[in-house]
Amino acid sequence: MSEFKINKTFAEINKKIRDGSVVVVNAEEMIGVTNELGPIEAARKVDVVTTGTFGIMCSSGAFLNFGHSIPRIKANKVFINRVEAYAGVAAVDCYLGATQTREDDPLNKVFPGRFRYGGGHVIEDLVSGKKVKLEAFGYGTDCYPNLRHEAEMTLKEFPDAWLLNPRNGYQNYNCALNLSKKTIYTYMGILRPDATNANYSTSGQLSPLLNDPYYKTIGLGSRIFLGGGVGHIIGNGTQHNPNAKRSENGVVMGGAGTLSVKGDLKQMSPKFLRGASITGYGCSLNVGIGVPIPILNEEMALFTSVSDDQILAPIVDYGLDYPQGAGGPLDYVSYAELKTGEINFRGQQVITSPLASYSMALEIADILKDWIKSGQFLLGEPQDTFPSVPFSGFNSIK
Amino acid sequence: MGSKNVLLIFKSNIMYKPVIYRLAKDFDLIFNILEAKILPKKEGRILLELKGSENTIDEGIKFLEQNHVVVELLSDKVWLEEEKCVNCGACTGLCPTDALSMKRPEMTVSFDVQKCIACGMCGLVCPFGAMRDITLFDPFAEGRSNSK
Repeated sequence: MSEFKINKTFAEINKKIRDGSVVVVNAEEMIGVTNELGPIEAARKVDVVTTGTFGIMCSSGAFLNFGHSIPRIKANKVFINRVEAYAGVAAVDCYLGATQTREDDPLNKVFPGRFRYGGGHVIEDLVSGKKVKLEAFGYGTDCYPNLRHEAEMTLKEFPDAWLLNPRNGYQNYNCALNLSKKTIYTYMGILRPDATNANYSTSGQLSPLLNDPYYKTIGLGSRIFLGGGVGHIIGNGTQHNPNAKRSENGVVMGGAGTLSVKGDLKQMSPKFLRGASITGYGCSLNVGIGVPIPILNEEMALFTSVSDDQILAPIVDYGLDYPQGAGGPLDYVSYAELKTGEINFRGQQVITSPLASYSMALEIADILKDWIKSGQFLLGEPQDTFPSVPFSGFNSIK
Repeated sequence: MGSKNVLLIFKSNIMYKPVIYRLAKDFDLIFNILEAKILPKKEGRILLELKGSENTIDEGIKFLEQNHVVVELLSDKVWLEEEKCVNCGACTGLCPTDALSMKRPEMTVSFDVQKCIACGMCGLVCPFGAMRDITLFDPFAEGRSNSK
C-alpha cells in the first residue's frame, strides 16, 4: 500500500503525453495551483512541472570528433580558433572546455583581464553555424603518420559533437559579497568593497533541483531541454553533495546537488548556449537547461510548489573567506528578498543583482512545457538515482 | 520640460572658447555636467544633461553646432544591444544611476539612456558585450550610426 493518495508512474504520464491529455505547468505556475487546490488535488490535476535555468556554468564543454584526415593523424594537440582542446584521447577526439582561454590571451596580466574569447565562445560559434579553424598536431606513428592537420569546419562537418558537462544546474548557490576594502573581480561578478553590492545566481523557484530536492524523479536517464535541443542527465554532477544543510521544507541552504548532462550539439541554438567573458575571472559558457518533473504523488506536488520566499541562499564573503576556503555563511537570505534588488545585511542596505537570467529560465520552462504538450517529448525514467539523504516526509499533507 | 543627454566634442580650434554658459544665459536651459575630460591642445569632451522645453533644447543644440561644437546625442552613442542581452541583470547592481534596472516581476533588464552617465561599468561587467560604446571618452568609439 502506498503512503500517498495519488500514485502515478512515468509510463502513465507518458501515455497521457502521447494521447495529448497531459497537464503541464511551469514551476512558477505550480505554486499557485498547489496553493489553490492543495497538494493532493494539485497532484491529481497536474502531471508534469517544468523547470528552467540559464546561467554561467563553467563545468561545461564540447566533446568533438573532427573526423579522420588523409593521411591519418593521432592528434596530441588540438586548437579550435586558437583555443586548445584536450586531445589525450583517441586519434581525432578532443574535449573543448568552456573556460579554456585563447592561446594569445593576455589573461590577468593587465588586471582585470577581459577574456574576450574562449572555449564557451567557440561552442557558441559552432552552434551558430560559423566556420571555425581547426589545427591538430601529431607526433607521427606507423598507423597515424600525419604531423599536422588544418581545416576550416562548421559544426555540420564534425562527425560527432556533444555538449558534455560534468557539473551544471547547482541546487542553490551562494549569494556573494565582498567584505574587503577593495573591489574584486570574481566568477560571481564585480563586487565592491564593504558589502556595497551582492550577487546571486540561481533561478530560485524555477531551478530544476530546487524543485526535486531529494532527487526522487531526476536521475541518470532523465530527458531534458539542453541548450535548445534535447539532452539527457547522465548522472549526478561533480561535487554533488546531498548532505548540505536543509531547511524544514527539505530545501538545501547552499550548493548541494548537481547535474551531469549530455546532448547533441547539432540540435542546439546559440540563444541557449552563450559564450561569456567574465572580467578578471575568465571565459565561460551560459547554458540553458530545463528539466521536467513528473508529479508522481502529492509529495512531488509539494516539492514543485516551493516558492522564492521558502528558498534560502547563504551569504558568503568573496573578499577573504571564499578565496581562503575559510569561514562559512555570514547569514541566509531568501530569493524573494534577493529579487527585490536590495537586502538588509548586518543593518546595512546592500544592492543585489542576479547573474542567472530568470526571464530566460522561464522561457526555457515554457518551451519544455510546449514540447511535452505537443506529444513530441516523452519523460525519461531514471535508470539510476543520485546519492541522496532520507526525507521524513511533510508533516501534514492535506 | 524635456531632458537630453548630449556628448559635446570641442576640437582644438574652439576648445578654450567659453560657450556653454550661453546655454543658460541665452536659452534658459539647465545644464548639468555629468563628466568632462580635456586632452590638452587636442580635444575636450563634455557629457552634459540639458533640461528645458524640447524647443529650447533643440535651439541650444543648434547654437552649439553653429559654434563648431560637435554634438552627439548620448542615445546614439550608448545603447543596449538586445540580441546580445540575456536579461541576467548582472549590470544592474553596478550601474551608479539606475540607468540599467530590473523590470519586476518580469525580471528583464531595461536601459534608460537619460539616466546614463557613460561611466563604463556595464561594459566591464556584461559577460556578453551587450552594452555598446560606453567609453565615450575613447576617440575611437564609433557610435551606433557608423557601426553597421
